[in-house]
Amino acid sequence: MLSIIRSIYLVFLRMFRPRFTVQYPEEKIKLPARWRGRIVLTRDPDGGERCVGCYLCAVACPVDCIALQATEDEHGRRYPEFFRINFSRCIFCGLCEEACPTYAIQLTPDFEMSEYDRQNMVYEKEELLINGEGKYKGYNFYNVSGLKTGEKDKGEADNENPPIDVRDLMP
Amino acid sequence: MNPIVQNLLIVFGVLFGALTMAAGLIWIERRMLGLWQDRYGPNRVGPFGIFQVIADMIKIFFKEDWIPPFADRTIFTVAPAIVVATVLLGFAIVPVAPNVFVVDFNIGILFFLATSSIGVYSLVLGGWSSNNKYSLLGALRGTAQMISYEVFMGLSLMGVVMMTGSFSLHSIVEAQQGMWFVVPQIVGFVIFIIAALAETHRLPFDIPEAESELIAGYHSEYSGMKFGMFFVGEYLGITLISALTVTLFLGGWLGPSFLPPFAWFSLKTLVVILFIVLLRAALPRPRYDQLLSYGWKVLLPLSLLNILVTGAVILATG
Repeated sequence: MLSIIRSIYLVFLRMFRPRFTVQYPEEKIKLPARWRGRIVLTRDPDGGERCVGCYLCAVACPVDCIALQATEDEHGRRYPEFFRINFSRCIFCGLCEEACPTYAIQLTPDFEMSEYDRQNMVYEKEELLINGEGKYKGYNFYNVSGLKTGEKDKGEADNENPPIDVRDLMP
Repeated sequence: MNPIVQNLLIVFGVLFGALTMAAGLIWIERRMLGLWQDRYGPNRVGPFGIFQVIADMIKIFFKEDWIPPFADRTIFTVAPAIVVATVLLGFAIVPVAPNVFVVDFNIGILFFLATSSIGVYSLVLGGWSSNNKYSLLGALRGTAQMISYEVFMGLSLMGVVMMTGSFSLHSIVEAQQGMWFVVPQIVGFVIFIIAALAETHRLPFDIPEAESELIAGYHSEYSGMKFGMFFVGEYLGITLISALTVTLFLGGWLGPSFLPPFAWFSLKTLVVILFIVLLRAALPRPRYDQLLSYGWKVLLPLSLLNILVTGAVILATG
């Protein structure tokens, strides 16, 4: 009997507590920096595309939502001719980001991607490619990996570092 | 003013007021439940979400009105109307202000008890005509619950009747000039609230429709406006028992004169309604047999004792 009255009283006191609800479209919660949301393709500090079209993301993707076609430019550098992510299939697992050897594909803290038309969920390269470096500032894949072209060997160009020795444990 | 016109105005005023309150309760209850559960409830449609009521009504009017092929058509259709009609009949005896009431029966309380008993039929017939096992179980439970709780509801009011010396609600309110009956009749008040909650099969006593056990109990097969009628009937029932609690125990329209009598009545009714919503937010549903044994083993002796003591005190003080 007393416990009933006590629970009525305690529930009544909830009136004076702040509410948990976040009034979503007006208020927004702060997403953590490592939130796995909308996928972007980033550029290196010089403004070049980071993606080298290695297909590792497409292979890693458990739902097969990434499609791309690699091609080469006049300097022999690989880049994706098209890059297509079907976000109606994507499960935002982040495996593509982990698989990427050049930090090109990254997941961002943004989840507001609802569409009325299902076709609009398919993002092409124009929508994916951003003018920034994303989470990894100052990283340029070609500076540390080197690239052998017809004129020079790896790490021999002016603004290039010698390639990393992959058998060495030191950074 | 022509007395017939005045009477008609009062009748339609009470009808309109009761139905508006019942509709508004849909919103009030959801907002208050939200408040007590640390969330907001509907707050998007219109200011504070008040147009949610209209949105809900539009929705329920346009829903498919489905009568299952195995149901008994006629009774299935009539059942939801009974609950609304009986509860609305009950409003006839509630005095809103000293000269605003539909009728002033000298058997007012008996009339209310009678109409609320007829309300059981809607539940029984609705559950039976649905021809569905869950509906029938809900109807059976509802019948047992409502018939047993009617007994104490009547008995708990006898103390008030003895102190007033009349069944008329008008004279009951006037007898509370000195002191509201909630003070001398606190036992009767508590028993009446509990019995009235069980009578309107309102949470925490919503055993006939217990979602977690019986889908929706006696209205499992109902949809569209027929289901809406059961809903309106439930909210009308809450309004009615709140209005009666105010009239019988909380001094009706009486109150300090800075507010008109009508305002006092409405204010008190609203407070009782909010208390009933608070009960819903706070208390879990008891088991079916617990409810019945609690009624017969605790509430019945208690209400009889209340009558006995009240009678002895009246006799002693003359």
